[in-house]
Amino acid sequence: MTRESTMTLAQQLLTKPLTARVNTAQPMDLAAFEASGGYRALRLALKELSPQDVQARVKDANLRGRGGAGFPAGVKWGLIPMGPDAGVKYLVCNADEMEPGTFKDRLLMEGAPHQLVEGILVAAYATQATTGYIFLRGEYVLAAARLNQALAEARAAGLLGRNILGSGWDFDCFVHTGAGRYICGEETALINSLEGRRANPRAKPPFPQIAGAWGRPTVINNVETLNNVAPIVLNGAEWFRGLSQGKSPDGGTKLYGVSGRAKRPGVFELPIGTTAREILEQHAGGMKDGYQLKCWLPGGASTDFLLPEHLDLAMDYDTIGKAGSRMGTGLLAVVDQTHNMVSVVRNLEEFFARESCGWCTPCRDGLPWTVKILRALEAGQGNSGDIEQLVSMTKALGPGRTFCAHAPGAMEPLQSALKFFRAEFEAGIRADHAPAAGSPASSAAG
Amino acid sequence: MNDNLIRLTDLEREVPFALSDAERHEIEHALGHYPDGRAASIEALKIVQHHRGWVPDGALAPVAALIGISAADLEGVATFYSLIFRQPVGRHVIKLCDSISCYLTGYDELRAALEQQLGIGYGQTTPDQRFTLLPVCCLGACDRGPTLMIDDALHGDVAPGAVAELLAAYP
Repeated sequence: MTRESTMTLAQQLLTKPLTARVNTAQPMDLAAFEASGGYRALRLALKELSPQDVQARVKDANLRGRGGAGFPAGVKWGLIPMGPDAGVKYLVCNADEMEPGTFKDRLLMEGAPHQLVEGILVAAYATQATTGYIFLRGEYVLAAARLNQALAEARAAGLLGRNILGSGWDFDCFVHTGAGRYICGEETALINSLEGRRANPRAKPPFPQIAGAWGRPTVINNVETLNNVAPIVLNGAEWFRGLSQGKSPDGGTKLYGVSGRAKRPGVFELPIGTTAREILEQHAGGMKDGYQLKCWLPGGASTDFLLPEHLDLAMDYDTIGKAGSRMGTGLLAVVDQTHNMVSVVRNLEEFFARESCGWCTPCRDGLPWTVKILRALEAGQGNSGDIEQLVSMTKALGPGRTFCAHAPGAMEPLQSALKFFRAEFEAGIRADHAPAAGSPASSAAG
Repeated sequence: MNDNLIRLTDLEREVPFALSDAERHEIEHALGHYPDGRAASIEALKIVQHHRGWVPDGALAPVAALIGISAADLEGVATFYSLIFRQPVGRHVIKLCDSISCYLTGYDELRAALEQQLGIGYGQTTPDQRFTLLPVCCLGACDRGPTLMIDDALHGDVAPGAVAELLAAYP
């Protein structure tokens, strides 16, 4: 590698710390990764920083969880019991990327596997974890092979295992692959699955940081979140905050993306708080010729639809939250005008109904019922009262009625589609069932 | 009506089955990654499936014994996970993404082309045991929709007209 290209990569790493190294055709091996500054954050942490120092840097950076919820990673780590008597603790990487419309973690794992391994090591050091697991969905076969290769290289180089780099700290990490089921991405269901059980969610509290895998304190962080950790430790909290270039009170870059009928769908690393319009029009090239934007999901199937008029919003957790949706994973799915919203929502709810683990009644029974109504409306066979029934579903399956966020998440696209596109649902009601205006059936709605 | 009753004789019938040395060795290796044997249950089922294509009833008891849980417990795990196959599948398993991004970019047409050419629907296997067709959650390749996997290979931007050529690569 020439000096010039090294300089270039070093500079790129300061503006695009997540993707500057990504090469999905041929990811960096250990030697190339170290030559690019890889494992320097780990060395720095082990030699000069206490676990508390590392936690403080990540907390100061206000790194918010990139799995979708946006919970600050440093705060999450801060709940872990520390000290010499804390015993066995786990660091789990949630690599169960299965949120429909989300394709960012695959890129990082296939294109820069050592980056994730270093992030796990630094996070594990900060929380003094003893063992790590990468909980990877079974379909990510290439990612599994590349991560196992990276872990083996790290282990052979003394970066993983006993007495890492002579520090006296022991930590090993394994890839745990799943066998399907979206619910495994929910963190307490993930723990059950990691333990070899059916992936039903657990009640919280206790939170995983106190009693997680095998009853031990457990931190669970998303792949993208962990990829941010080493650069923060290396370059500092102030650098991280500056990455958003004033576009958001949050710091860092974000892996945004576009899927659907855009000209150049893909993943783009941009300052957090970049507007949805810039992501869609500038980076994804806008909609394909002949297609117009009808609405969009900001970050996965379990986020509320937004309209073209919302495109100028900053894509960060708080702004999208205030607009009535969630940023979620930050990858836009764009719906074009050729799609009927009843069909689009039917597709989404079929997914959620199939992937319900069946543990809680509102979710297990309510989602298939929702699908049944949507199929009837789609076929023009809806009954009067169906739309009111769907509205009541969004309450009965909403937050607080189930162990986990699966059913509430499923209701987000439904409630927003009903709000913005109610006429398309009404059009699915059989002509002989449509209530006359002002009739008892319609006035009882809501 | 009596057909719905489970007969004890079915449950008690011994199914001749023995884990191969390779299966046993791989499962024992996986056990070393966890503080508790149960944690290897999904991996153990996947190992059996890798070697045999599916997980026959007879595999449950010896695998359960190896990892230290009951066969009934292991069956509960096996039936939960959609990618553990509890009945025989074809030589190649097609997993067609039916999630939103692929739905928005031509899933319905791709599914129709696959079903028409294979002559089967979801959950079915072609009479020559060559292909099994299954729906799958978002494959995380949404910029290349519509997508599918055949065995371990991901295929993106699959046009309905390209299905015949794609299938031909899997004899």
